[in-house]
Amino acid sequence: FYLTPPQVNSILKANEYSFKVPEFDGKNVSSVLGFDSNQLPANAPIEDRRSAATCLQTRGMLLGVFDGHAGCACAQAVSERLFYYIAVSLLPHETLLEIENAVESGRALLPILQWHKHPNDYFSKEASKLYFNSLRTYWQELIDLNSGETTDVKEALINAFKRLDNDISLEAQVGDPNSFLNYLVLRVAFSGATACVAHVDGVDLHIANTGDSRAMLGVQEEDGSWSAVNLSYDHNAQNEHEVERVKMEHPKSEEKSLVKQDRLLGLLMPFRAFGDVKFKWSIELQKRVVESGPDQLNDNEYTKFIPPNYHTPPYLTAEPEVIYHKLRPQDKFLVLATDGLWETMHRQDVARIVGEYLTGVHHQQPIAVGGYKVTLGQMHGLLTERRARISSVFEDQNAATHLIRHAVGNNEFGTVDHERLSKMLSLPEELARMYRDDITIIVVQFNSHVIGACQNEE
Amino acid sequence: AARMFLRLLSDVWWRAANPKWRRMTCSQRSTSSTTEPHPVSLPAQAQVVICGGGIMGTSVAYHLSKMGWTDIVLLEQGRLAAGTTRFCAGIVSTARHMSIELKMADYSNKLYRQLEQETGVKTGYMKTGSISLAQTQDRLISLKRIASSLNVMGIPCEIITPKQVAQLHPLINIHDLVGAMYVPEDALVSSANVSLALATAASWNGVQIHERTSVSHVSVQKGRVTAVETDRGQIQCQYFVNCAGQWAYELGHSGEEPVNIPLHACEHFYLLTHPLKEPLASNLPTIVDPDGRIYIRNWQGGILSGGFEKNPKPLFTEGRNQLEIHNLQEDWDHFEPLLSALLRRMPDLEALQIMQLVNCPESFTPDMRCIMGESPTVRGYFVLAGMNSAGISYGGGAGKYLAEWMVNGYPSENVWPLDLKRFGALQSSRTFLRHRVMEVMPLMCDLKVPRWDFQTGRQLRTSPLYDRLDAQGARWMEKHGFERVKYFVPPGKDLLDLDQSKTFYKPDWFDIVGSEVKCCKEAVCVIDMSSFTKFEISSTGDEALESLQYLFSNDLDVPVGHVVHTGMLNEKGGYENDCSIARLSKRSFFMISPTDQQVHCWAWLKNRLPDDSNLTMEDVTWKYTALNLIGPRAVDVLSELSYAPVTPEHFPSLFCKEMSVGYANGIRVMSITHTGEPGFMLYIPIEYALHVYNEVMNMGQKYGIRNAGYYALRSLRIEKFFAFWGQDLDAFTTPMECGREFQVKLEKGMQFVGQEALLEQKQNGVYKRFTMFILEDHDTDMDLWPWWGEPIFRNGRYVGKTTSSAYSYSLERHVCLGFVQHFDEKTGEELVVTTDFINQGEYEIDIGGQRFQAKAKLYPFSSLFTHRRRKDEEELSGYQRE
Repeated sequence: FYLTPPQVNSILKANEYSFKVPEFDGKNVSSVLGFDSNQLPANAPIEDRRSAATCLQTRGMLLGVFDGHAGCACAQAVSERLFYYIAVSLLPHETLLEIENAVESGRALLPILQWHKHPNDYFSKEASKLYFNSLRTYWQELIDLNSGETTDVKEALINAFKRLDNDISLEAQVGDPNSFLNYLVLRVAFSGATACVAHVDGVDLHIANTGDSRAMLGVQEEDGSWSAVNLSYDHNAQNEHEVERVKMEHPKSEEKSLVKQDRLLGLLMPFRAFGDVKFKWSIELQKRVVESGPDQLNDNEYTKFIPPNYHTPPYLTAEPEVIYHKLRPQDKFLVLATDGLWETMHRQDVARIVGEYLTGVHHQQPIAVGGYKVTLGQMHGLLTERRARISSVFEDQNAATHLIRHAVGNNEFGTVDHERLSKMLSLPEELARMYRDDITIIVVQFNSHVIGACQNEE
Repeated sequence: AARMFLRLLSDVWWRAANPKWRRMTCSQRSTSSTTEPHPVSLPAQAQVVICGGGIMGTSVAYHLSKMGWTDIVLLEQGRLAAGTTRFCAGIVSTARHMSIELKMADYSNKLYRQLEQETGVKTGYMKTGSISLAQTQDRLISLKRIASSLNVMGIPCEIITPKQVAQLHPLINIHDLVGAMYVPEDALVSSANVSLALATAASWNGVQIHERTSVSHVSVQKGRVTAVETDRGQIQCQYFVNCAGQWAYELGHSGEEPVNIPLHACEHFYLLTHPLKEPLASNLPTIVDPDGRIYIRNWQGGILSGGFEKNPKPLFTEGRNQLEIHNLQEDWDHFEPLLSALLRRMPDLEALQIMQLVNCPESFTPDMRCIMGESPTVRGYFVLAGMNSAGISYGGGAGKYLAEWMVNGYPSENVWPLDLKRFGALQSSRTFLRHRVMEVMPLMCDLKVPRWDFQTGRQLRTSPLYDRLDAQGARWMEKHGFERVKYFVPPGKDLLDLDQSKTFYKPDWFDIVGSEVKCCKEAVCVIDMSSFTKFEISSTGDEALESLQYLFSNDLDVPVGHVVHTGMLNEKGGYENDCSIARLSKRSFFMISPTDQQVHCWAWLKNRLPDDSNLTMEDVTWKYTALNLIGPRAVDVLSELSYAPVTPEHFPSLFCKEMSVGYANGIRVMSITHTGEPGFMLYIPIEYALHVYNEVMNMGQKYGIRNAGYYALRSLRIEKFFAFWGQDLDAFTTPMECGREFQVKLEKGMQFVGQEALLEQKQNGVYKRFTMFILEDHDTDMDLWPWWGEPIFRNGRYVGKTTSSAYSYSLERHVCLGFVQHFDEKTGEELVVTTDFINQGEYEIDIGGQRFQAKAKLYPFSSLFTHRRRKDEEELSGYQRE
């Protein structure tokens, strides 16, 4: 079984999406030029989600990737809801009041977010009322709490993450009279999702990360070469600090059973996540909810299964680790991706491949004859080869697609091997998950001119 | 190494050529090259200051000094011949499409040939010949057309077979060739040394040359050049010549009174190699392979090869000045297609070692033709720049023509196609230039088929009806930035096919235009002709009439409401402009001229009208939309829309009335159509344009009205023997030579410009005669179509060239218009052309090397058209503009 190059391309490009920040008067005053995103499923259905939106009541742009496990319900819910929680957390008191008054009097709401969605990125219609009510409760509390201080982005991100996870948990405990919704909120709570979210506002870049997706900055050095800067830490067993944290939060007696086979309680890979109430609720609560829940839940062995050595919940948190970075002109792009990418590619290669892709041929190291003895024939051969290499870049109009092509198709020499690509993409559904994970990538391109200008103003 | 060599040579030359200067500066020069003191202080004044020490500046200085002007200062910001001139490939090629370009190149070649002898400076002149290769039949046709022109100019040239190519050049792969053109007299030179030689000769004649002196701006007072400001002080002068090459645009904009010189630089790459094992002979012909987009010449036993890629890299858009062009980045990836073409053409070169890839910027212009002449706004400000990478080929001739222009007031040839005044401010946008030159540079190698149009820099000036017409299938061409309709594609036709039609034969639009023509002849058509240049000239007293009577050859003292066709002649009686003037009132006139006259005609009149506040001239081109209602039913449409009698009895030909059309009032209606067909021109204030157009189309429906374009107009006017300015008529053509004596009132009671010359011609006869040719044995479907520039043969001898041609749908024959001269069979001397001489010859027209029999006529086929002509429709005043 063999896929032709056009077939490969149509698979790779099925989910690709690009957004360019619109220009006004021929100028783009945003520090973001735009972004490319894409995802390649390995699970059926895919458990990864992605989101991107522009904040309309505050400045800034939000982008995030969400890696679901034990189903896609939680990742889906987080991808729909998290940005609203963040946006609300960032809103000034007056705007919150204005919104609340509008809801109260049935007037049209100020739009809070402008979404940038691929047609396949859907929102659940049934739950929107429920989600909205939870969100409204949140902002009402924020209004009551009015601290009078200006909102700190870092704090807002942490609050939004924690609040959403809390709401997910509460909704599942309370349940819903509508049986479909009731089942939905339970599925959301019992499945899990990691989140890696970027908030870009001018030169201020915040990354809030929960779990093992990753954010990486592509930096162009003075000599034109590319290097990678990590803007998040994986929350998993490979991260000593994270293991340390988990151990600190539980009695010494559990030390041995907390992390087994590089997994939390021997079960979960990420050490932080949304949902996953099996790692958060007490055993009693879990039993009560499952028993009173719908039959589908009751029949599910996974939900009924209580993790071993489960003594002092919660074992899991959705609280993100927030890293601040002030953008510099040499910071050309940001890659947000789920672990499916990072398992197959080193970040240094990611930086190089995206960097070369975005800058195009021009920054391919130029050839100079210098003092060497080169014949026309040799030069011709060299140039034809370079051209062939470049043409693979031009196959993709989307940096994320280009990266996926490399992630899936790279051979040992670091170049895309069509045969390998064809094999990997034609794996039957049940086998695909054994060779690769879902991959979701967002590549954000920065506007160096604007960033440089901001720097000079200071 | 090449650069070093030239630098040394420049030093050597200065020592040899300028002993006085050597004494003063030789010691410093040899010890330090960075802190050279300036040898001689600048003069406080001079007659002429030339800016730019490249091939153009030195050639202008050389020719001016030869013509006796010696009070000249030439300023160069870096070193002489250090800019584009130093890097250019040094190919002198006469294979040019346009006759004026061909003449310039031919003169340059002859000049360079003897330059070494004249000056003692080694110019590296080597007669090698050149071979232009054709990979396709179309290319071969294009070459054959050039060969026909070269041959009648007396430049040896032949079309040869691929086998002959192999005999002339040992390395060429001929397998993909269908033929070639060989020009044995073409040559190679060292371009920098040619420039230095010209400078040497000029300095002998007294021209002062100052290097390392930059011009900051040119001072202007009362519209005249008064002085040049440099970094070393001011020079007062009467004339300034901008030969600043790719910096000419910026220099033009540096003064308070900007001079628009539309050109833009692109990177240009060529390759130098080490010598072959068996070094190439220095007299090996230069190869031009336009289908491969490359040229190849021998260079010091190796080769020099460059080309014009499809994806040029424009540069200096923001305008960056550099003293000397440093060798810009080599870009091998960019050069790859050209290198592939080179190795395909000469596979044996694979083992040849590379020496260098040279990146040398060249400047390009919006229409691929160079820029020369005087600024329309600043008198005494001359320009010579924008050579489109043919600077060496044109250098000598261009310098000569510009020198003649300055000294005599006009060059000895018609240089309108190169005149700076063909452009206006509208072509000076940086963005426009950047986009346009990216199209122009690849065009250097592209096949030039009849009636191709530029694709970039479009939709700049449009009629208010543009969208309406476009939606109805209009196909557009551009003139002076204005979009004009070629023809309308009927619904259902394959549009893509038509747009890509590129052929020397019968074009795809043949039937489309045919049906438009038919409609013009049998019903009524509308053509949007808004691009015409329109001026209003008025005065409080009789100043307007008096001035115009002096400037125009026809009698303008006509009753109000009359329209007069008249030439705007120069002192030699030649047409500077051809226009129609309506007398709106006793003291105001409405003047209509060809589209591309907007700048030239304005400058001509401004410079000659008295400086009188009672006399005003206004450019109202933008204020009016012009609709041409052509056809026998035009009168019905107009009368229904205006409720006014417009039949010939009430509205005879050549009248102008203001009337209402539909709801719109104040429409200037003229009973002319520029085609000889009955009908009207409607000059509509632009806000009424859409209304009037809609009314006309609605009302016209029952008379079978339809849209038509300029191609139909062209066919109509050519079969009626109407000449148009810019193609048939130029500054070297008088009304006497084109059968328009009736448009001249020699006895109008006062003097007018050109009167003496015309009187002289009337007495002694003319030396060329505008003639109409009907092709006899030409098969419209199978044979090559005529275009313009085809040689005309009378009894087997060359007598002139065609200037325009079209297929006449009524005659069902091709009609060519052109000028016939009479050369003495023995001496070649030009003799008077009489009517008998025209009528008593057997004629042939050479189209791409094939001759077709033609019937010559001095008057249109009136009989063919009389049955449709109204009794008093006497628009014999054959005149047309496009």
